[in-house]
Amino acid sequence: MSMELDVRRIREDFPILRRQVNGRPLVYLDSAATSQKPEAVLAAVDRYYRETNANVHRAIHTLGEQATEAYERARARVARFVGAGDPRGLIFVRNTTEAINLVAWGWARQNLKPGDEILLTEMEHHSNIVPWQLVARETGASLVYVRLTPDGELDWADFKAKLGRRTRIVAVAHVSNVLGTVNPVDAICSEAHRAGAVVLVDGAQSVPHMPVDVGAIGCDFLAFSGHKMLGPMGIGALWGRPEILEGTEPLFGGGEMIAEVFPDHSTWNELPWKFEAGTPNVAGAIGLEAAVEYLEGLGMEAVAAHERELSRYAYERLERVEGLRIYGPRPPEKSHAGVVTFNLLSVHPHDLSMILDQRAVAVRAGHHCAQPLMRWLDVPSTARASFYVYTLPEEIDILAEALEEAREYFSHVLLG
Amino acid sequence: MSSLDELYRAVLLDHYTRPRNRGVVEGDGSAVDLRNPSCGDTIHLTLRLDEAGRIAEVRFLGQGCSISQASASIMTEAVKGKPAAEAVALAERFKAMLRGEAELAPEDGDLAALEGVRQFPVRVKCATLAWNALEKALATATGGRAEGAEG
Repeated sequence: MSMELDVRRIREDFPILRRQVNGRPLVYLDSAATSQKPEAVLAAVDRYYRETNANVHRAIHTLGEQATEAYERARARVARFVGAGDPRGLIFVRNTTEAINLVAWGWARQNLKPGDEILLTEMEHHSNIVPWQLVARETGASLVYVRLTPDGELDWADFKAKLGRRTRIVAVAHVSNVLGTVNPVDAICSEAHRAGAVVLVDGAQSVPHMPVDVGAIGCDFLAFSGHKMLGPMGIGALWGRPEILEGTEPLFGGGEMIAEVFPDHSTWNELPWKFEAGTPNVAGAIGLEAAVEYLEGLGMEAVAAHERELSRYAYERLERVEGLRIYGPRPPEKSHAGVVTFNLLSVHPHDLSMILDQRAVAVRAGHHCAQPLMRWLDVPSTARASFYVYTLPEEIDILAEALEEAREYFSHVLLG
Repeated sequence: MSSLDELYRAVLLDHYTRPRNRGVVEGDGSAVDLRNPSCGDTIHLTLRLDEAGRIAEVRFLGQGCSISQASASIMTEAVKGKPAAEAVALAERFKAMLRGEAELAPEDGDLAALEGVRQFPVRVKCATLAWNALEKALATATGGRAEGAEG
């Protein structure tokens, strides 16, 4: 396994990267929102519909059998990708949001009572806040937030102070989608377990970008989305320790998730199918398997190293753009994923993003579904550039030049 | 003129940097708060009608991109002194213009600075925020009488 990615070669696998936007080659720096898809994933989905399409777990005929086999093989492959030997713990869902909701409604609602605490952090995405607010309202449990250091890292002392006998669950992002902070989830898990709490790791921004092993981390739940890791939209996964999942209630009732149905009650199917009511996204699962295969071919260590290097370079280059304020822990001294968030003087990120778009540079602008974190940063919104396996350092140069142009463009406003 | 220059016309940038009628009309019972949840643009709009039902005073506070804030400033200037029904009609005409279904009249003045937004559909909601707030405030202030009137 090579430790360096051949990015030019990789780019040839992504048809969308041949696109022009506003007459220039696309510079796609929004992979934290969704990644682009390689031919291998597109072909796997296409092949499934052309050659194998049938409903799973129902039909006795050949196609039904092949579709079921392909779906379950995808499950085992995706489970192995996150270090889970037992595929029974891997539940296919639509996305990270659905995975977290499954834990909130299926596990937390059954297990929390008034006085219990749900421990979150100030850097969570709305999808790891709002489900807990709903469940807290339902159960009488309360929400507690771990503070951040001025650098945008978790305040470890505050975490230790807030983790207590009342803490039943800790729900934490592995990597912040705004600050790029990489949280010490393994240490969080051992502390939490010592306090008797379970841990859900939001892996939306980590599973696509670095080696993630549920055994090494020691978490109880891991949630992630396929579309951020080269896979199709509409497929994601919740991994849970099978012992905990046995005691977790299904989120949806319907076909496939039952063992026996009587007029007044039903019994549930075994793991993982008790959580997969109705016809699942078979093509999505197969596409995700192809994405996992592609990433494994590159090597996740190499992917992580590539993005670390891009972050380091982005900081170095963007710090030279006059008037640019960059947020989050500074690489390489601090560990930082492939996400760089910034504001240019007083230019609103939407205005900035629009000017960058004229240069075919796609960045995210807004609150990034992290309004509590925006309040912590004391800004209404920010712009964010995020990188992936197909990102070239030259694209960071183009971003920097476009930012300099934007500053020129708005100079009469900013100086006026 | 590039489409970007078309969007960020001098008049628009002038309203953005030197917003008119910023503030609060004290004692207004029809204050309206609106936001674009996807981008975080906000507006707090207050106004006062005189006995004849004209907009005697209108002020806004808010946060957001140049388009949303300039549009609010331009809106306050455009509707001040107008009868409520006329202001609602203007709001409707302005929104129809952004949808590409109507043209502005010469007397609409600075509103023309926002014509460039038409080419950028993702920014239309930024430009309409203040106008939606205006319609809501007028509906409250007039007890619904200003709705659907033709100016």
